[in-house]
Amino acid sequence: MKHTLTPQRYLILLCVMLTASVGDTLLSHGMSQVGPVSIHHLGLLFVALKNPWVISGILLLLGFFASYLTALSWADLTFVLPSTAFGYVVVALLSRFWLHETISFYRWLGIILIVCGVGFVANGPSLTEKAQPAEAAQ
Amino acid sequence: MTAASTLVTWTTILTVAGTAIAGDVLTAKAMRNIGDLDIIRAKSGLSGAIKAVVGSTTFLLGVLCMALSFFSLLFTLSNVDVSLAAPASASLTFIGNAVAAKLFLHENVDRRRWLAALFVCAGVALLAK
Repeated sequence: MKHTLTPQRYLILLCVMLTASVGDTLLSHGMSQVGPVSIHHLGLLFVALKNPWVISGILLLLGFFASYLTALSWADLTFVLPSTAFGYVVVALLSRFWLHETISFYRWLGIILIVCGVGFVANGPSLTEKAQPAEAAQ
Repeated sequence: MTAASTLVTWTTILTVAGTAIAGDVLTAKAMRNIGDLDIIRAKSGLSGAIKAVVGSTTFLLGVLCMALSFFSLLFTLSNVDVSLAAPASASLTFIGNAVAAKLFLHENVDRRRWLAALFVCAGVALLAK
């Protein structure tokens, strides 16, 4: 039997891709507003927790972890991980078309390689066949 | 760069990658043992699914390794340029995960998945340029 994914599960993988990259971007944006945190002013971290961009970033990263764990419960690690790498592509494209940053030739090449890598696994089975089914938790 | 500082650089980068791989593999192993979360959620609700995940020792060990990886990355970034540390640890993690998934999770890492790991590894390294 070939393990293929339902549209709902592709949606979970899309969440894995988007939440991590957008969450990191939001955290980065929020921390740039808060300013540099030094070892002598760790209290600033609590100030950061009041920043809406930081809060949104944390919520998205929690969403990432939940969708990542869900994906790992029905797909192989070597199937899910390349999907998470696709987040790097999302960040690069966001920085190009939203923040109008310049993307070098090497970065475009990196983006193409990651897209190819994700394409390789996306067409294959999501789960390795096992002789015995995994035991469900109590 | 002296031989000693090169050794420190690569030891810290390998520590980041090693703990990240251990975290990913342990978490994946825990989720495989727990079973399909969609089914558990349908049977026992969201709280049942959360209880099943948080009650797994393997999962907690995986999270501990992920936390160690995070703090070793912070330590690495305080000593090594981010342009080297971030892509090097991420690339090593992708390749190491493919090897560890085959060895410890007995996943069928066929030619297609090896190629994917290599392409993603090279792609991540190029993104840092």
